Amino acid sequence: MSAPFFYALVGIGLFSLGLYGLIVHAHLLRKILALNIMGSGIFLVLVALAKRTGEAPPDAVPHAMVITGVVVAVSATALALTLMLKLTAETGRAELPEKGRE
Amino acid sequence: METVVTEFSWGIALILLPLAGGMICFLWPRRTQILGLVTVFAVALSVGGLAWQMLDKGVYRHAVGGWGAPLGIDLYADGLSLLMLATTALVGFAISVYSAAYFKQEDAIRFWPLWLFLLAALNALFLSGDIFNVYVTFELMGLAAVSLVALAGGRDALGGAMRYLLAALLGSLAYLLGVALLYHGFGTVDIALLSERVEPSPVVWAALGLMGAGLLLKTAVFPLHFWLPPAHASAPAPVSALLSALVVKASFYILLRLWLEVFEPLISSEGVYTLLGLIGAMAVLWGSIQALRQTRLKLLIAYSTVAQIGYLFLAFPLAVAVGSTAWSAVAYLAISHALAKAAMFLAAGNLVRFGGHDRIADLDRVVQRLPLTAAAFALAGVSIMGLPPSGGFIGKWLMLEVALTQGRWDLVVVMLLGGLLAAAYVFKVLGYAFTQAEVAHEPKTVPASMEWAALLLALAAVLMGFLAVPVLSLVDIGDPFGLSEVRP
Repeated sequence: MSAPFFYALVGIGLFSLGLYGLIVHAHLLRKILALNIMGSGIFLVLVALAKRTGEAPPDAVPHAMVITGVVVAVSATALALTLMLKLTAETGRAELPEKGRE
Repeated sequence: METVVTEFSWGIALILLPLAGGMICFLWPRRTQILGLVTVFAVALSVGGLAWQMLDKGVYRHAVGGWGAPLGIDLYADGLSLLMLATTALVGFAISVYSAAYFKQEDAIRFWPLWLFLLAALNALFLSGDIFNVYVTFELMGLAAVSLVALAGGRDALGGAMRYLLAALLGSLAYLLGVALLYHGFGTVDIALLSERVEPSPVVWAALGLMGAGLLLKTAVFPLHFWLPPAHASAPAPVSALLSALVVKASFYILLRLWLEVFEPLISSEGVYTLLGLIGAMAVLWGSIQALRQTRLKLLIAYSTVAQIGYLFLAFPLAVAVGSTAWSAVAYLAISHALAKAAMFLAAGNLVRFGGHDRIADLDRVVQRLPLTAAAFALAGVSIMGLPPSGGFIGKWLMLEVALTQGRWDLVVVMLLGGLLAAAYVFKVLGYAFTQAEVAHEPKTVPASMEWAALLLALAAVLMGFLAVPVLSLVDIGDPFGLSEVRP
């Protein structure tokens, strides 16, 4: 197994691990961290597969995608954390409230 | 003058205008309302400019910064993109007029920049020519939309916004992994190049599964609709209208585009089509029944959105044999639903402002006291039910016709049942609107512009019933449904 392929598989593993965490954990901070792990897994896949060129220099386009993805992930995490704090202040618990008013 | 209209790159204006407008709102917080209205009006004019240009020259393509695919980012618009852009501009403008009266000064400061950013993201999404750019616009759209839901404050809205954010991020990440796989397999993210290079392989199936699941979650198709009702029902009325009318259509648009350009030519087995048709049918029935069971008006309308999204997916099994008619029906249904559903949520907002609640059973003689709003709700209901003459009727009729000629009686039954259930939940609301409630309440006045915005949108939804020929010929610019391949 070549190194890029190995790292790409690790990336897929991280993605699956994050997905599992997102589903099983009720605490919102854990859910947000799980989403970040999923994102990191995808970034690892992108960076690893950029080196599939063999001896030639790695493909730069996936690297540019990862940079963009990191910026997006930071903004999304910031919004998610803010929402979590507001929700905790409102309900006293850092979990999704049960079904609405009804 | 004419050369200016036909030469200017309108796509740039469609993205930069709302983006700049949103940021200027932060600089002059006291002028946000007028800044917002001017920006949205300018965006509507730019869509007009783009339409003029495309009628003259055909599809629009612009290489941002002169780089061009595969390295750079291409903006691309064909008839389908233009239709979505025009719907966004029209619905967006009506909702903006409504919002100018709806929000108090302290909320307006937060609403307008977020709405303008959302508009920029929607326009960029409809103009995107590459799948990675679509991911970025999805995230811009999601972050703006979630923040707009949270504007209402309180337990319900914050919980709804959080649920919405988690679902949206999960959908985007699944989509992004699909993008990574497609880029690995075919070395490009440009949709046009992909459609030339793509060929059946395990990578494509994995990408289809991931992107499909992500987009279905974002479009809130049954059984992935769990996040939609709490988010759409707890948001402020103009935000509910924006989300139900435009934001769910954006992810459906991308699903349709990828399906037509990249995946459909590769799929030979019936299984995928049947699956999409099945979840569509389940969404129609489940969403309608849930809508009928609700006691709150905004939740009823939100579940109706779940049902109407289902109709869009009924076209997939029908399109196998006669692609173009089924897809035209879908495009027509999508824009008619955008107009009608925006009108319904705005009318609901008027009722909440009027009575201070949205309990359906306690609607107190609103037909006499808010006749314009009641008319808006009823007219929008006509289009949602699919009664003639309305946009919803044209869309559903085209789809029924295709289903009948193919002998798909199962789908015909689902469509008719969905229409009957829609009639039941619309008349449930109207029935209470005519009668006196047990508990009389102290009504508040509703500004005239809020009533008229809802009514004009509902009238537009009905008027769509008379515009089938020009609208459908506009959609054919650039042949988005592969019409020429089907014709002998």
